[in-house]
Amino acid sequence: MATVLEPTTTTEDIVDAEVVEESGLLRRPKATTGVWSWLTTVDHKKIGILYGITSFTFFLVGGSEALLIRLQLARPNGTVLSADAYNQVFTMHGTTMVFLVVMPLSAAFFNYLTPLMIGARDVAFPRLNAFSYWTFLFGALLINSSFLLGGAPNGGWFGYAPNTSITFSPGHNIDFWIFGLQILGIASTVSAVNFIVTILNLRAPGMTLFRMPVFVWMTLVSSFLMLFAMPVITIALFLLMFDRLFGANFFNTAAGGNPLLWQHLFWLFGHPEVYILILPAMGIVSEILPVFSRKPLFGYPVVVFSGIAIGFMGWGVWVHHMFAVGLGPVAVSAFSVTTMLIAVPTGVKIFNWIATMWRGSLRLSTPMLFAIGFVAMFTIGGLSGVTHAVSPHDRQQTDTYYIVAHFHYVLFGGSLFGIMAGIYYWWPKIFGYALSERLGKLQFWLWFIGFNVTFGPFHLLGLAGMPRRIYTYPKHMGWDFWNLVASIGAFVIAFSVLIFLYNVMHSRKVRNVVGDDPWDGRTLEWTLPTPVPAYNFAVVPTVHGVDDFWHQKYTEDEQGRLVKLPPQEAQADDVDPASIHLPSPSYYPLIASFGLPIMAYAMIYGAYLVAVFGGIVIIGALYAWALEPSAEPHDDHEGGGGGDGADPGDTGSEGAAAVEEVDA
Amino acid sequence: MTTFRRRLRFALVLPAFALIATACSRQPEPQDILNPQGPISRKLDSLWNPVFLIAVIIFVLVEGLILFVLIRYRAKSDDDAPVQVHGNTTLEIGWTILPALLLLIVGFFTVTTLVDLDRKPTGDVLNVKVIGHQWWWEYDYLDYKVTTANELHIPVGQPVFVKVSSVDVIHSFWAPALAGKMDAVPGRDNHLTIQADKAGQTYLGQCTEYCGLSHANMRIRVVTHTQADFARWIADQQREAAIPTSGTAGEGASLFKAKGCGGCHSVSGYTAGTVGPNLTHLYSRKTFAGALFTLDEQQLRLWLRDPPGQKPMNPNKGLGMPNLQLTEDEIGKLIAFLETLH
Repeated sequence: MATVLEPTTTTEDIVDAEVVEESGLLRRPKATTGVWSWLTTVDHKKIGILYGITSFTFFLVGGSEALLIRLQLARPNGTVLSADAYNQVFTMHGTTMVFLVVMPLSAAFFNYLTPLMIGARDVAFPRLNAFSYWTFLFGALLINSSFLLGGAPNGGWFGYAPNTSITFSPGHNIDFWIFGLQILGIASTVSAVNFIVTILNLRAPGMTLFRMPVFVWMTLVSSFLMLFAMPVITIALFLLMFDRLFGANFFNTAAGGNPLLWQHLFWLFGHPEVYILILPAMGIVSEILPVFSRKPLFGYPVVVFSGIAIGFMGWGVWVHHMFAVGLGPVAVSAFSVTTMLIAVPTGVKIFNWIATMWRGSLRLSTPMLFAIGFVAMFTIGGLSGVTHAVSPHDRQQTDTYYIVAHFHYVLFGGSLFGIMAGIYYWWPKIFGYALSERLGKLQFWLWFIGFNVTFGPFHLLGLAGMPRRIYTYPKHMGWDFWNLVASIGAFVIAFSVLIFLYNVMHSRKVRNVVGDDPWDGRTLEWTLPTPVPAYNFAVVPTVHGVDDFWHQKYTEDEQGRLVKLPPQEAQADDVDPASIHLPSPSYYPLIASFGLPIMAYAMIYGAYLVAVFGGIVIIGALYAWALEPSAEPHDDHEGGGGGDGADPGDTGSEGAAAVEEVDA
Repeated sequence: MTTFRRRLRFALVLPAFALIATACSRQPEPQDILNPQGPISRKLDSLWNPVFLIAVIIFVLVEGLILFVLIRYRAKSDDDAPVQVHGNTTLEIGWTILPALLLLIVGFFTVTTLVDLDRKPTGDVLNVKVIGHQWWWEYDYLDYKVTTANELHIPVGQPVFVKVSSVDVIHSFWAPALAGKMDAVPGRDNHLTIQADKAGQTYLGQCTEYCGLSHANMRIRVVTHTQADFARWIADQQREAAIPTSGTAGEGASLFKAKGCGGCHSVSGYTAGTVGPNLTHLYSRKTFAGALFTLDEQQLRLWLRDPPGQKPMNPNKGLGMPNLQLTEDEIGKLIAFLETLH
């Protein structure tokens, strides 16, 4: 499968490479524990955990920035931050939460779960997967290093031209933003390709598209959105880079440029981005609600199709971010109507989720609490979204805290509630022990209350006319009280996050081992032993329907009521794990991605020769990567039939034939 | 059953309480967006009110449904055997079509309002050009050759056709009592109609597009007059400044030129700078520096001692007023001069 990377290499070349006795430039690393195993891993599960830990760390960073914002705004004429510091902090809060928290947290779930849910041994391009992670990490560190190197980006996460031009934003702040986002865009694009190919090509036999878990569907839709949206912002950032570094005039009105070009490009990326942020959480919730209701997802095809519909319609609403820009009634009318209509598939999902719970048997465990919290809070965000779509009045609402309330109800009340639900739900599968339910419920209630106390008042502040992105406000505007309330709420949220961290430490110590299927799950990952072995499936499963695992455990009587089946005899696992070929770890993803920050720093500081060196590092690493043998000669398990991909074809299971076709 | 009832009561009381609390707090604030004071903003309001009402109703229904499901269908034992419903096509088509229809109706009224608002007002119209600067507003009365700053004076009962533009970055002009926002985009002449009902009012607004360092300090005041008062105000503004030639004020006038103030600020008939606000009739305004400070001797003194200390600006990068290192004596003289500009 690695042939896709290197179009000039034929399958024969790969086979040749395997018989060659010499290893590549660097021997393929072998460590399975310790730091090197993490630095060179290509295991989707380890990469998933790396994504999770890294993005959660950035959640703490972005959260601290939020607390600074709330401290500054708690009282009128706040003096916690200077105007300049505030502008950096609010820019980095948005940038961090979008690009370094919600997207990579979703990626953590994509990584860990997608292969498990579709019955695969790894993703299609394991080394490329590692490359995505390291690239993400370096991009994230690059942007944040600006705090120590003269000032963080201060043009807002939306970076409107011409405020971000060299004239109005001299200094390197915006340059860090441009290059950081470019690097993050590479990470997202590469991982989007990886997941699309994985989902389309590596499904276990019988796992047709319409038997895939909804989470996998939402991963697929988000990946397509990323694949198409990232190039748009890349172009926008490229133009801005040329304006700033080389005196181009794409956004410079005085020279015939057009600042609105930036807005169109940014929001043409930015709105699909919103769905990139929410669809994975919708997928997570669609997995959790049925499990804890003991009922199948109500209207699986409708939930899937509405997700796809959102994916398509998400491309046709970007101008609703620009209703006050003066585009005239025709454009604004068209985009008002499309914006209203995108509420339809979203509403459908909410009704289907409620119908899933209807007449179910609801177990209110922590994952379920967060999932229900998602449905309840996302509804509020959706409804306020419809009120924005009334575009004449949106010109009152836009750029006020009413909008800030809306998107926090969508991205926090939606995405983060969903992600939190997913963390509690899959934790036992990932780490082998459950998080404490008692602490989990405490966290949920503090999180839920803190969230509403913080962002509920934002609606009222917005209606009282408080604009966004202001570092200060005077007394007597009627904003004092609710700002104070919101700031208190922010610290309640912070407290709930501390409880989560404590829960993790506490549960690690207690190690409440709950078995392979603690929640009575429905999907394939729960069939696996815990912790999941490196090869995932000893025998690749054959899938017979949606929620295949559930139907091995339960059937229905004539009235459709649930009937438990006698436990099936565990099939004798006569596969020798050593005979399963797994992709070998590699140094090259790390080395190749390390070239990117070298190039970026060099570009920011105008050391173009160093940038060339960074480019050489990347190209050299990619070249060595392409020629790397799939395994070292005389290793324990000689390279099997495939290239570098996860190759479930070795086990001689029923699935082998079907998946091997994919290889060709 | 009693726990069930208690839970239910709690569940119903909580959101109801929140709603009531919300409703009570809704007295209009100075910059409220739901407090229309003119025909344009009233059109927006009357479009939004029913939509908001529908949203609230759907909110109550959906959240009520969630609470009901939570309470009613909570697991009684681990062996519950709920009926396995996989879907219901009729229901699903229903909850796709109904919201779509509802939204299309809302969409229809949205579009008609849009077209209506975009129409250029006819008849006796006052034409004003609003220009955003980092970080203050310039107002040009195109029909009268009057230029002022930060405080926009308009007559009541007459549509004001506002052209909105910018000389630097994107700003957004917004006085919610009278109309929605309009972005001030360099190189574009956007337009907006505002109209006020009541004379003798001052409506607050501010820049609502992030425009850099002092975005928070770019305020707007719209002052309404009867037609007669407005005519008097315009006549006052059309007067050239009487430049004092003697006394402290006269020394201040010389300093105004000597210190380079006139390079940025216009005093008609005296200096012609266009970078900063026109000061010809400074003392006809109640505020200064982006409508940030009350215009009085004390505030002016603080300002002239250190402008970037009073309001964040970046004078070393050409953005905003620099600290001119004036002595107290010079400041006194300058203020004496400025006080003659009414």
